Amino acid sequence: MNRLSVNERLALNKYELDDGHPHIVVNNEVCEAECKIRACLFVCPADVYSEQNGKIVADWAGCLECGTCTVACPPQALHWEFPRGGFGILYRYG
Amino acid sequence: MNADKLDVIVVGAGVAGCTAALLLAKQGLEVALIERGPYPGSKNLSGGVLYGQVLHQIIPSFWEDAPVERFITHNVVTFLTETDSVSLDYKTRSFSQTPYNAMSVLRSKFDRWLGDQAEAAGAILIPGIKVERVLREGNRIIGIAAGQEEMVADVIIAADGANSFLAQEAGLQQKIAEAHVAVGIKEVIALPQEVVENRFRLEGNEGSAYTIVGSATQGIAGGGFLYTNRESLSIGLVIQLADLVQRQKKVGEIFDQFLNHPWVASLIKGGKVVEYGAHLVPEAGLEMMPRLFTDGMVVIGDAAGLTINNGFWVRGMDLAIGSAIAAAETVVKAHQNKDFSADSLALYHQKLEESFVMADLKTFFRAPHFMQNDRLYTVYPQVMSDLFRQIYQQDARPHQPLSRIAREAVRRNKVRLLDLFKDLWDGGRSL
Repeated sequence: MNRLSVNERLALNKYELDDGHPHIVVNNEVCEAECKIRACLFVCPADVYSEQNGKIVADWAGCLECGTCTVACPPQALHWEFPRGGFGILYRYG
Repeated sequence: MNADKLDVIVVGAGVAGCTAALLLAKQGLEVALIERGPYPGSKNLSGGVLYGQVLHQIIPSFWEDAPVERFITHNVVTFLTETDSVSLDYKTRSFSQTPYNAMSVLRSKFDRWLGDQAEAAGAILIPGIKVERVLREGNRIIGIAAGQEEMVADVIIAADGANSFLAQEAGLQQKIAEAHVAVGIKEVIALPQEVVENRFRLEGNEGSAYTIVGSATQGIAGGGFLYTNRESLSIGLVIQLADLVQRQKKVGEIFDQFLNHPWVASLIKGGKVVEYGAHLVPEAGLEMMPRLFTDGMVVIGDAAGLTINNGFWVRGMDLAIGSAIAAAETVVKAHQNKDFSADSLALYHQKLEESFVMADLKTFFRAPHFMQNDRLYTVYPQVMSDLFRQIYQQDARPHQPLSRIAREAVRRNKVRLLDLFKDLWDGGRSL
């Protein structure tokens, strides 16, 4: 049986998108200097992170706010905070 | 003395925060319950069922009023190989009698209800506010701030979940270690009520809870879970983060393979995915526990790392409620004595020590380490599958007695007897 892709799964969720206020900012200098394995690319359940032209890019709108990346990434590589109050993922089931 | 000063600010409206706010408001304290989501439960996700007897002590027969999905009468542990499954399946009528042992809940509904109870008791619920800073006076924590807004109180209760900003900001918790957490991912899959009941052999509001070990996580430490809700299933994986990082496997692909396992696929067949979520799971118990109190603050629930997983069950919500009770009793006492120093709030730690919460964390303190044993996820499910295949398979040759079959299953899978006895011994002590 074909399962949904991560993007199809995220599309089922409800989000209150905080346009223009990214809650994740990647510091690629730290990534390049300190990170070889690029854990963000495989530990994130929402596939927020991708590599584009050698740089890590965060597509933060689909973030499920679990914070796994903040644990797996080197300190200072991510400026990660919860979205502003009222924004982000809104679980309808949980 | 600040005129706007509250008695208590509880940060985070999950089961821990809502319970603490409810108990404190009932005692007549002025309590604000702050939640960053637009309503309690909007950020919350569960990978476990609610063991309800602790909440029953606070809100007697809460299940009559609360949005509870099903009462768990049917507990299953399943070991998966790549193709096969071996299950231990326990069902009892006694779990369908009050006070119910366990129930499945959907947190977005359940926490919202619990938040309503806290409000009804007099707590002031303030949703949509993300706490950005803690306010200090010397070493004492005196309040919180969000944007330009500042709020002060005698005590702050940090109930802000596994990734506790407050515990870290207050210097009670260091950066979380990979080895101490797991990433939980989950789908809610809608199925008609009749299909749920027929497929899982449930009568009325009975429910099933499965824990799944082995090939579920492609050999990575962790496991799967499946719970029946009224008209849906909650199914997911909890994957140990340090092990995942080491194996460099993509978490979404592990989940897909799990859902496509023939045993899993047959249970979710025909269902429609309605939600996809993820959550960090504190797993290391006592090893990762932050300092639980300081001048003007106590830490409860997931923020304090209060979860236990022993392979048979996964608990968090009941421990969160237990910690909320201990914290509320402590704060009421501190309020009476007008002493909110660390010395006074140390009573919280003492009460936690005297309760089932710390007792269980101690009883199962070896479980996280035991559950990292590679053999649980690869070779033991294979041995079990092998054993049962030989038991049931009949061909035109003489059949072997059980003792011989067991010995051969162990030998064929290259399990060293010494390891097996050690693991049985450790398992018996740890779980």
